[in-house]
Amino acid sequence: MNSRETIFARIHEALKFKAAAHHGRGLPDVAEQRHVMPPVGATPDEQLALFVRNAADLKTVFKFVKDEAELVAELQALSVAEKWQRVAAHKGAMVLAGAKTLSLPTIVTDDGYDKYDFEKCDAGISECDALIAQTGTALLTSRTAGGRALSCLPPHHVIIARREQLVPDLPAAFALLKQKYAENFPSMISFITGPSRTGDIERILVLGAHGPKKLTIFLING
Amino acid sequence: MSAPAVQFKADAARVAADLHHRDVIQTAMGKYEVVRDQRKQWFQDWEGARNLAARTKFEAINHLDKHLKQFADKLESRGAKVHWATDAASAREIILEILREKKAKVVVKSKTMTSEEIHLNNALEQVGYEVVESDLGEYIVQLRDEAPYHLVFPAMHLTRGEIKDIFQKKLNDAPSDDPEELTMVARRTLRKKYLQADVGITGANFAIAETGMISITENEGNARLTAALPDTMITLVGIEKVLPRLEDLALFLPMLAVMGTGQPLTCYNTMYGGPRQPDEADGPREFHVVLLDNKRTLLLADAEQRDVLGCIRCGACLNVCPIFRNVGGHTYGTVYGGPIGSVITPHLRGLQEWKHLSFASSLCGACTETCPVKIDLHHHLLQNRRNASAPGHGKPDFFQKLAFKLFALAANNPGLWKLATKLGRIGIKLCSVASGHVLDPMRLWTKTRKLPQPARQSFREWMEKRKS
Repeated sequence: MNSRETIFARIHEALKFKAAAHHGRGLPDVAEQRHVMPPVGATPDEQLALFVRNAADLKTVFKFVKDEAELVAELQALSVAEKWQRVAAHKGAMVLAGAKTLSLPTIVTDDGYDKYDFEKCDAGISECDALIAQTGTALLTSRTAGGRALSCLPPHHVIIARREQLVPDLPAAFALLKQKYAENFPSMISFITGPSRTGDIERILVLGAHGPKKLTIFLING
Repeated sequence: MSAPAVQFKADAARVAADLHHRDVIQTAMGKYEVVRDQRKQWFQDWEGARNLAARTKFEAINHLDKHLKQFADKLESRGAKVHWATDAASAREIILEILREKKAKVVVKSKTMTSEEIHLNNALEQVGYEVVESDLGEYIVQLRDEAPYHLVFPAMHLTRGEIKDIFQKKLNDAPSDDPEELTMVARRTLRKKYLQADVGITGANFAIAETGMISITENEGNARLTAALPDTMITLVGIEKVLPRLEDLALFLPMLAVMGTGQPLTCYNTMYGGPRQPDEADGPREFHVVLLDNKRTLLLADAEQRDVLGCIRCGACLNVCPIFRNVGGHTYGTVYGGPIGSVITPHLRGLQEWKHLSFASSLCGACTETCPVKIDLHHHLLQNRRNASAPGHGKPDFFQKLAFKLFALAANNPGLWKLATKLGRIGIKLCSVASGHVLDPMRLWTKTRKLPQPARQSFREWMEKRKS
């Protein structure tokens, strides 16, 4: 018997004993997730306002932009203010257009990269799959946001999103993932809720433990 | 008494009287309690959420065979390699074999309690690999050559000064004792390691059967980088971590964050379902998932305590436990501390040797009350006590037997009972006089406690007076 078969044999043997009554069976009937989880507001406008509040609590920088022209202007202003020397992006329509106007050395992750060069980038610019009002989260994947490192290695992560990408809550986000990817999921799905942080030293909040110190979300409010 | 019990008693007595330790822990816990309670309020129905979570785990554990098979099949169909480890030794051997095959030199790890359970770091370092913990707290205790103090906050027992000292000593880099500057020291040092590492090792908080994914909850981004940069990724996960459906995470991710750290959601909650896919920019070319039994199936066979396999390792029961808060995380001498550790360690490492943990409890039930998946923790401690003294399993000692015999005698005889309560009250008064003196027969008790003062009259006397 190989170890897989051994473990399954042990499990089958163990499950012959029925579980004690207090566990599970003694619990009252429960409603679905949405009836117990944090409220999100009924209208899309309330949900957008909730996202903005959550982002502020998380120390995410959140900005509305009218259109792609304003987005480019904002990116350029950021680049100047933070003295970016080198940026990283991926082949997303909104991202590549914005990154190109910065006229800086740009690593496009889909073309392959040297990880030591990549580590020197000042900012990583990516798209996302959804924004989640309930928790102020940006949802992205390795397929839609330029792989695994782009949203985590550079010290400043900039996300470009559209108004229609806002979903009310976590159940909606998981439903979206299933509907969008069905049987061919990306190898990584990440729920990003604010810039990287730690409280490991005396429970004092420090931003930028290993991932980005700064997270900026631009919402194109077309 | 077993050797671990002797050690536990000695350490508990020392730490409980350590005022500095008490200060550090109370400050850290105080901050946690405030945010945790705020976040529980944020849910529309926290009790309902606990019921739903407990039910989901009940379903997952009681059909473990089905879910585990689905999980492994899905992962394999997406190019991951699934390994099965019956015990700690075989898990270590599987991981060593992968490292040998990859000719690895540097291994970067993100936080995984399961790897503590199988003593992985030691095994890897012994044969010459450089193993670096990347979670800040884990990194600090690794530099100090200590075990993690707490499931969620490995370095919560340390002050910034102590952390500065160890950084100065081991890294020669500690500009000040400011938490931000200290964090940046770790950031600088560990960035190099992510880039150098040939293999990244992670744990998993959940294993999703339906889609064949592991889910990792973290704040720092260290697990994200561990899973992004090295060419090979290994995830070590206990077989009990399965959840049936992807959407179950919609409930479990915020509940874990609320109970673990008091956040609405931690910074990064990431699902991995395979190695880098053909259309993806980066990620490991190989993804190995090591599924660990290591006596989890023994717990599964205990129908009474099976629910402990639903534990999501949030650490909430440690945080509320008066024993944990007084004796501290290291005193347990176990990988998993606090109430959950006291319940499961006797199963994993031997009941007779570890039964003392189940007796070191006030049975106040705070753990059961706080547990997000409703594990019946304090009753399990009682069951461990019962099992430890079941026929054929150790005997009560002579004085215990004598004491209960005397009690039975007095309790069955009204005259004797009356006499005993009278003598008892006089005895307590005498003890108070002798208190602190070597002649005090209660000195073991009064060394750290005050004797209760007896009432002026017994209930029986009060009743008789009332009648007349």
